[in-house]
Amino acid sequence: MTDSAKTAEAPLLALRGINKSFGPVQALTGVDFEVYAGEVVGLVGDNGAGKSTLVKTIAGSHQADTGEILFEGERVEINGPQDSSALGIATVYQDLALCDNLDVVANLFLGQENLVGGIGRVASWIQEPSMERRSLELLDSLSVTTIRSVRTPVASLSGGQRQSVAIARSLLGEPKVVLLDEPTAALGVAQTRQVLALIQRLRDRGLGVVVISHNLADVFQVTDRIVVLRLGRRVRDFDVRNASQEEVVGAITGAEFGASNGDSNSGPAENRDTGEEAR
Amino acid sequence: MTATERGSEQGSAQEGTQRAGIITRTFGRLGPGGLGPLPVLIGLAAIWGVFTIANPRFLSAVNLTNMMLQIAAVGTISVGIVLVLLLGEIDLSVGSVSGLAAGVMAVLSVKSELPAVLALLIGILVGVGIGAFNGFVVTKFKVHSLVVTLAGLLGFQGALLYVLGNTGTVNLGNPIITGLAGTFFPPLVGWVVAVAVIAAYAASVLLSRRGELAAGLESPLGPVVARVVAVAVAIVVTVAVLNADRGLPLAVVIFLGFVLFFHLLTKKTRFGRYLFAIGGNAEAARRAGIKVERVKIVAFTLCSTLAAAGGILAASRLLAVNQASGSGDILLNAIAGPVIAGTSLMGGRGSVWSALLGALVIGSISNGMDLLAFNSSIKFMVTGAVLLIAATIDATSSRRRRTS
Repeated sequence: MTDSAKTAEAPLLALRGINKSFGPVQALTGVDFEVYAGEVVGLVGDNGAGKSTLVKTIAGSHQADTGEILFEGERVEINGPQDSSALGIATVYQDLALCDNLDVVANLFLGQENLVGGIGRVASWIQEPSMERRSLELLDSLSVTTIRSVRTPVASLSGGQRQSVAIARSLLGEPKVVLLDEPTAALGVAQTRQVLALIQRLRDRGLGVVVISHNLADVFQVTDRIVVLRLGRRVRDFDVRNASQEEVVGAITGAEFGASNGDSNSGPAENRDTGEEAR
Repeated sequence: MTATERGSEQGSAQEGTQRAGIITRTFGRLGPGGLGPLPVLIGLAAIWGVFTIANPRFLSAVNLTNMMLQIAAVGTISVGIVLVLLLGEIDLSVGSVSGLAAGVMAVLSVKSELPAVLALLIGILVGVGIGAFNGFVVTKFKVHSLVVTLAGLLGFQGALLYVLGNTGTVNLGNPIITGLAGTFFPPLVGWVVAVAVIAAYAASVLLSRRGELAAGLESPLGPVVARVVAVAVAIVVTVAVLNADRGLPLAVVIFLGFVLFFHLLTKKTRFGRYLFAIGGNAEAARRAGIKVERVKIVAFTLCSTLAAAGGILAASRLLAVNQASGSGDILLNAIAGPVIAGTSLMGGRGSVWSALLGALVIGSISNGMDLLAFNSSIKFMVTGAVLLIAATIDATSSRRRRTS
């Protein structure tokens, strides 16, 4: 296998055999997960299925007990959020972590302001013009056109605009993988459409995108592939083009596996094109 | 807390932004959102109008100079209060700290006969130490700042009594110390300072406009010029009034210097940005990699340091430190001032200018009532009413854009 072939096929991010327990509770059992460049993966599952734990493992908030993480084919250690973002993994949590009192520019650059001179690192002057310029370019490139002024306090933005700001902010560090936790929760129809369009633009930029969501309609609309977790195990993969919501719901609840012992914890490759065994 | 506010108020909120746009473009963004300083300026004009009608001497140069001297000390304390209010914290110990710092300075200067500069320095260091301690307890042990500084209010008042011992009152005689509030610069110096400040301001405004244009941003010249003219007029009028009396007082220079310095620190530097961020959403600030605890400790330290400076200015003006120094209405006025002028107790919203404007409002009421020979009972009630009205106007005008 040549190097070029390897990089073309290797996923951007791959997790192998991840186990994680909190005391007596086994949150993740032998979970494999992978994201390729230029695809949107939906991560679905019931409450307590292990979605959040998996995402936090990737984001560096939790460390896996056993298992390995590969980034661009290389084995890596993620021991904290800094490691994760240094690799090029950005996470947008459900509570967007925006400062309502600050404007869009200040929120986009919070903690990584452009600085000029000044006394010491903390008392440095903030270079507003370059930050504002970059903010405008970034929002333009994402076709976020509904925000009229980047000097508007975030408090006066709509839910969809806030989500757009949060996603745009994650892109400032030029990440390769973006994790979105419930990006459409609590949004109206029009706002949801905005955010889904934004997610598709992330894919078009060649990013690997992971979307965690309870809303299967949204997941079906925006993802290429769906990974189902149940009780800490990866139970099924679906190709969105030939899967139905009923099948996915079945996999989430475990209804379809009633007869054939719950954990078909087989590798992702075999499960890639499912649909025939379900019905 | 922040995520639940996602409403469908988009339309009305944007209208609000449009409306505020004209004002903020001229006056700068003294407070993110809201109406900025406009309501306070109108209120201040109304108060001055009423008192001038009641007694024309209110607007005389002598009286306005006295008023500036009266507010310099409490205004300096308010500057520090703004810093902790921006974080969403509070410091109730500033009154006691101002008294204690002045007491330490007075005892060292008069009883121990230390050189004045050294006594002043140690007085200030008392503030630095207390502030660092307050910040440490608040951040490391997660005790609410209200409680920590309430304990400080009591404790440091006791410390003042202890330091003063059984003498009770210490009269200040050292010319350096009394000169802080007793020095007036000759008219020429006042004008030189005025021209220098206006030139520096105009240069900085034009420089930052050039930066904006260089970055390809729009920056219409009109509001920029309007701002420079407004600032120039304010400075020229102030200096003219002060020169018509005894001249520019050193205490006022010190106070306005603090206002200017901390305005720049809060609005232009990363530290200031972090103050606002933590006050707006501490968890978001933490996740953005901001060292929240460190910023808080620095803010509390600056607050108590400014309280010490304010206490020393007050002692210098009264030429003495006694057991009542730093008590009475100093603490309440120091907090009420910024709140009257639009700084939020909830954090994340406000400006250092509110310390100046609020002190002017309270100082005007107090001074005007004294001129009209009103009893302090009336003075307190009017000040209370103004605080209530200001807070109510602020709450109703900014409810839409605020989520805390």
